[in-house]
Order: sequence, then structure tokens, then C-alpha cells
Amino acid sequence: MPMLECKNIHKSYGDLEVLKGISLTMEKGETKVIIGTSGTGKSTLLRCINLLHPPDQGQIWLEGKEITGKRADINQIRQKIGFVFQDFNLFNHLTALRNVSIGLEKVKGMEKEDAQKRALAELEKVGLKKQADQYPAQLSGGQKQRVGIARALAMDPLVILFDEPTSALDPELIGDVLDVMKSLAHKVAMLVVTHEMGFARNVADEIIFMEGGYIVESGTPSKMFRNPKHKRTKEFLGKIATLYGEEKEGG
Amino acid sequence: MQGFSVTLLLTVVALSVGFVIGVVVALGRVYGNKIIAAICIGFIEIIRGTPLLVQLFILYFGLPSVGIRLDPLSAALIGLSINSGAYQAEYLRGSLQSIESGQMIAARTLGMSKLRSIQYIILPQALRITIPAWSNELIYLLKYTSIAYIIQVNELFAEARFIASDSFRYLEMFAIIAIIYLVTTIIFTEIIDRVEKRFRIPGIGHHKTLEMRAVL
Repeated sequence: MPMLECKNIHKSYGDLEVLKGISLTMEKGETKVIIGTSGTGKSTLLRCINLLHPPDQGQIWLEGKEITGKRADINQIRQKIGFVFQDFNLFNHLTALRNVSIGLEKVKGMEKEDAQKRALAELEKVGLKKQADQYPAQLSGGQKQRVGIARALAMDPLVILFDEPTSALDPELIGDVLDVMKSLAHKVAMLVVTHEMGFARNVADEIIFMEGGYIVESGTPSKMFRNPKHKRTKEFLGKIATLYGEEKEGG
Repeated sequence: MQGFSVTLLLTVVALSVGFVIGVVVALGRVYGNKIIAAICIGFIEIIRGTPLLVQLFILYFGLPSVGIRLDPLSAALIGLSINSGAYQAEYLRGSLQSIESGQMIAARTLGMSKLRSIQYIILPQALRITIPAWSNELIYLLKYTSIAYIIQVNELFAEARFIASDSFRYLEMFAIIAIIYLVTTIIFTEIIDRVEKRFRIPGIGHHKTLEMRAVL
């Protein structure tokens, strides 16, 4: 039984069908990276999985329980599915520490003191113990995103969904965030939408190429980078390589 | 001096009760379902679309005909509170709607219910943004309470009129009253300024003011 299973997910906004039948599974601790051009439904898929935008058709199971059913307790489910946003979405009025601890306190019902202790430990993991008392507006983009990751981690999720976590960052700040994500590999399952091919190649257990609302192809990084089956996958990876100056796969 | 304490009472009660009404109505308007939102909009439009004087007259002179008798002070307290509530609801609505949708999404993603997200994430931010508007409302209320003299509430202005017509010292008396209003207004403004500073979110707001000054 996979930890997370999506079966034949469809999602439309008005007349526009964004997802046209997506199926994927994830095991505990696995890292999967979704790549593809903008507007192919990658972010929508993540939002379907944590039920921010519930799918129109198809089912999702988390640890064998269907979460797409009418009876499912959305708030309970979301605690197990972390989410890291492109534009961070830190709570502006709370310190870094409180950003991480508030979910523990108000959702998990932990005592304030315990919650803050745990939050501080999470901040330490992402290298921001010193910034615990700073407010989001006082942090750099990279720091904000690491707080975002700590906030997701603190809830002990089964899987964390990353929606282009480094796209809004200055190039020199991306590295820190990717390093933190790397350090989480195999500890928590991650489903990552990103254009960072270096991360995809080095950290992902599987790369999923999406286009036009479908999964075109998926496979291990070496398979996808060395000999993708589909012409479109090849073209996309070629373009990305030129755009981001990726060196050819060395071995 | 008794008139002054009545004026203060009217101001403080109207602002506080109006605040509670304002929060409920604004939340209903922004987050309620269609029916609740429609009721809230109706309330706001009716109250803001009619003169306070008419509202006070309905409460004081109109209600007895349906068997509800209010003494002048109660009528003024209720009327001013409801009136202020409608305005405060609109101030707060503006603040609620100015908060990026990502704040709510992030809260829901943590597993918070909609109500809790509003309580812990949205409202604390929206209330801070509303503070300058409250400063306005407080000053406005302080002066608008003088209307209550028309329904025989012995507040500051009524008292002044009484003394003035007794002693024929109109100019002196009303000048003194004007000064009392002015000084009270300045004190209130200072208090709200301090509240605003106390709740300022570090890194937000202050820089913007400086930046804007630099641009200008």
C-alpha cells in the first residue's frame, strides 16, 4: 500500500480542464520532482492533493484512507500534508518562532511552551535559530522560505508539497533553501514542483514530466536525463538546460 | 463636569459596543454565506444611509409607539453604538480585504478551520490595519455625541447651553466647550497613536512612511 496514491485526478476551472487524469503514488520518505512548462497543471495538482482545490474527479488515498470522500475531515488530513509556497505566505504578524509554533498550539493543541520548544528545534534544523524572534518583514526571501519549511515540518507531516519553492528567490539565496530540502530527503516524503534541475537530478527518486494536464513521462533522474522516451521530454529538458546553463550529465 | 462624563461615557460605550458590532458585521459581510452577507450589507447601508439624528429620533420618540420606552441616555447609547458599528464594520471590511489570500491559504494548509484561521491569522492583522481609522472614529464620535442633547441627554454640550442661556455668556461658554472638545480630541489621538505603535509589526509600516517621505 503506497503512502499517497492519486488516481485519475481531473480538475477544471470553468471551461478550462487543467488536469486530465493524473495518477501517481508516493512511498514513505520518497522524493519526487514534477517538471514541466508553466500552465501545465503542476501547481494545481499539488493544490488538489491537499484539497485546497478538491479534484472534480478521481480519488486520493493517504495511508490507505480515501481523503477525497465527502466524509473526510479536511482539517485532519491537511495536518499530515505539509505545503511550502512559492511566495512563502508566512504569517506577517508573527515572529519566525510563532509562525512555526502556531500550528502546533492551535491545531495540535500543544502547550505553548512545548510548542515553542519544538518550533525552535525546527528553526535550528533550517539554520534559523538566531532569527527566531524576527518578523517575516525582517527576513530575507531565503530565510522566509526556510521558516516556511520549518512551519511545515513542525506538524510532522507524511509528505510535504513544495510549489516552486525557489522561484521567488534571488539566485544567491536559492542554495540555502535547496540545501535544507536536500537534508530532508528520505526523512519525509517530498513532492516538489521546481525548475531546479540540479536538485531534481541529485535528490529526486523519480522525475515526473507533466504537459497539458497529463503526465507525459516519469522515471529515475538518470533515465530521464540520459534517454527520455518522449520527444517532448527531450525538448523540455533541452530548453531548461540552455535556460539555466545546466551542464550535460556527467555520470 | 457631569456633562463631560456623560459625553465620555457615550463616546467610550459607542466605540466599544460599535467595535463588537463592527467585527461581527464585517466578518459576516466578508466571510459569511450569501444570506448573512446580504443581511450585513443591508444593515450597513441602512445605518450609513440615514442621518444619526433620524436614528436617535426613531429610538427615542418612535419606539414608545410600539411599547418600547427608552430613557434619553439609553436611547443615545444604543443609537450611537449601532451607528458607529456600521461605520466600523466598513473600516474593518477594507482591512480584511486588503490581507493577501495567501495568509488564509497558509492557515488552512496547516489544518486550521476557517473560523480559527480568521481568529488567529486574519483578524489580528486586519485589526492592526484598522487602528488609524479608529482614531478617526473616536474623534468623530466624541463630537457627534453632542447631537444627543436634542433628545434631552445632559451631555457636555447640553450642559453648556443650559449654563450659557442662564448667564447669557454664550461666547465664553461655547469657547470653553470648544476647548474641552479640542483637548480631549488631542488626548484621544495620542492614546490611539500609542496603541498603534505598541501593536506595530516590526519591519512593516514604519519603513513605508519613511520611504514615501523620501519619494515626496
